[in-house]
Amino acid sequence: MKGLLLIAIPFLAAGLATVWRGDRTRPWLLPATGLVHAVLAFWLLFAPPRIEPGAWVGFDPLARAVLPAVSLLFLACAIYGVSYLQLRSERPNRVFVALMLAALGLMSLAHQARHLGVLWIATEALTLTTVPLIHFNGTPRAFEATWKYLLVGGTGVALSLLGSFCLGYASLQGGGGGNLTFAALAAQGMGLSKVWVVIAWILILAGYGTKMGLAPMHTWKPDTYGEAPGIVAAMLAGGVTTVAFTAILRVRAVVDAAGEGAMAGRTLLAIGLFSMAVAALFLLATRDFKRMLAYSSVEQMGILSIGAGLGGIGTWAALFHVWNNSLTKGSLFLSTGNIRRAAGARTADEVGGMSIQTPRSAALLVAGLLAITACPPFGLFFSELLVLKASIGGGHRAVTALFLTSLLLAFFGLTRLVFAIVNGRPRAAAKGAGRRFPEAAGVTIPPLILLGLALWLGLATPAVLHEAWTAAVAQLFPAP
Amino acid sequence: MNEIPNLLIGVAMGLNLLALASGRLPSLIRVAAAQGVVLGLLPLVMERVDWLVVLVALGSTALKGVVIPGLLRRAMRTANIDRDLDPLIGFIPSLILGAAGTIAAVALARMLPLLPEHRGLLLVPGSLASIITGFVLLTTRSKAISQVCGYLILDNGIYLFGLLLIHAVPFMVEAGILLDLTVAVFVIGIIVDRIQRAFDTLDTRVLTALRE
Repeated sequence: MKGLLLIAIPFLAAGLATVWRGDRTRPWLLPATGLVHAVLAFWLLFAPPRIEPGAWVGFDPLARAVLPAVSLLFLACAIYGVSYLQLRSERPNRVFVALMLAALGLMSLAHQARHLGVLWIATEALTLTTVPLIHFNGTPRAFEATWKYLLVGGTGVALSLLGSFCLGYASLQGGGGGNLTFAALAAQGMGLSKVWVVIAWILILAGYGTKMGLAPMHTWKPDTYGEAPGIVAAMLAGGVTTVAFTAILRVRAVVDAAGEGAMAGRTLLAIGLFSMAVAALFLLATRDFKRMLAYSSVEQMGILSIGAGLGGIGTWAALFHVWNNSLTKGSLFLSTGNIRRAAGARTADEVGGMSIQTPRSAALLVAGLLAITACPPFGLFFSELLVLKASIGGGHRAVTALFLTSLLLAFFGLTRLVFAIVNGRPRAAAKGAGRRFPEAAGVTIPPLILLGLALWLGLATPAVLHEAWTAAVAQLFPAP
Repeated sequence: MNEIPNLLIGVAMGLNLLALASGRLPSLIRVAAAQGVVLGLLPLVMERVDWLVVLVALGSTALKGVVIPGLLRRAMRTANIDRDLDPLIGFIPSLILGAAGTIAAVALARMLPLLPEHRGLLLVPGSLASIITGFVLLTTRSKAISQVCGYLILDNGIYLFGLLLIHAVPFMVEAGILLDLTVAVFVIGIIVDRIQRAFDTLDTRVLTALRE
């Protein structure tokens, strides 16, 4: 019941936002809804509800293991959003606020979807909801990014639908009566038609992998993250990608039950390593710091995919990594948003000396850099260490070597670019007649909170989260 | 029993090749619309027609045969273009690609295990052929409207595959799929409009500011 409230409340708030008069007060709906949502999500984290095995939607262990992280990220973005929309008061925000809230509702639905069709509908609707958010800035570049997002994302969504149909057909061939809940599909297990399960897995991995931004389907990501407002990019990188990842995990559990788990694991490892390698190479080359974050996101998705591919402890580490990625990426997108606005440019050729112009945001960016490159004691260090441990423990020598090489190259690429824009002297074009960019509390506190949480996850991971991740792994890989 | 459905699917496969060969946008839109209508009517001539099947058939025929082509024609008129003059690869090569894809689809479909009631039908090869055609159009054409038509044909292919499941999958899923498709193309329609206004053209090759 409370799980359904997580979906209903954001939609009600979105409805309210569309009829709300007053552009100045409307943005406050974002943090208000975010707060209620976060309180509910954490209540459910501490007191997990009992769910009907046949339910189509429910706050099951997997939802419990990741949804609170998305909720926290949304809350921080929502607080930032109030200040952001005040800075952008020249643009009407009715559509923006309503769609942000609707996106939260859809993310809650997608995370809790226990039915193949519901999951797909939620993902598709989420894709469409985010479209107007991406071209909020209304520049030609933003439209270009939106078009690519629609074209690539739409194809991905189409592929995942085809994959879902194939999985449904596999069930029909195994004598299933058309019950497409994940529980029923997994219960059919070996009865599923093998050929169709393999085809379905490839299509679903390609489809939802496009939404996650795994290479080579990542091409929309740099454009979209580069052009979308910071809070939208943060929600995409920390929330929407998580939806696609849990979708892949749920389908993987079915493929496992059908006896094709080894094949699924190998494909996840391969695509994960490829993503990490591609991201690392682009990170060494790019000069644009918002696109840098997008490639870094491709890299993080690669790590998630490798974790999921290793299974067992690797999947546990991947769920841990989801939290770290959401919080750290959120913080990075918000602080670079500040820098981008203050500097009025976005490449290392035009921006420099930001530690003088925007000292707080620059400090947050450097701290975020340490977090995302997995410096201890940030949470990312421990989750990546666990993935590494799972890889070594599984005897995957080549995987381990490639994983470490990509991490090292990505580290070089990220530090090179971040210090290029933070250090040095401010560029003449960006000085803005000597006026200092006002770093109000509203735009510096949210990234600070997110970063603080990422640090706390590393220093003292709460026991309840340990237990939630263990329960989720037990749901995905039930002991025989 | 399977003759009429197979005839319709055959027509749709022919329309795929026609779509690949058409260089003028109005004819491409017309081909995509015709394919939508042909495939929309398909469930009505298959066995076991119930009210749900009729609803799905009517809904998708209206959408793909009337609403979406109408939107595309309007976008085309505002943009004042009617030719996709220089596609990435020529019409003849893309036609050959499409024909090869169709043959591959038929060959591939023979190897896949099917339920007894689907064995005599061309559903799977027809679906694969449309999907391949859609991909060719999506990746090789330069005008936004041609790409949307490619997406429509890709969608037709997936819809055709979905017909395998129409009796087993609950109503909500089918309804949701139709609904989402509406919105999907509706949004694409809006975007086409916006690109046109922002760049004064519907040529996606001008979208080149964002690259490494």
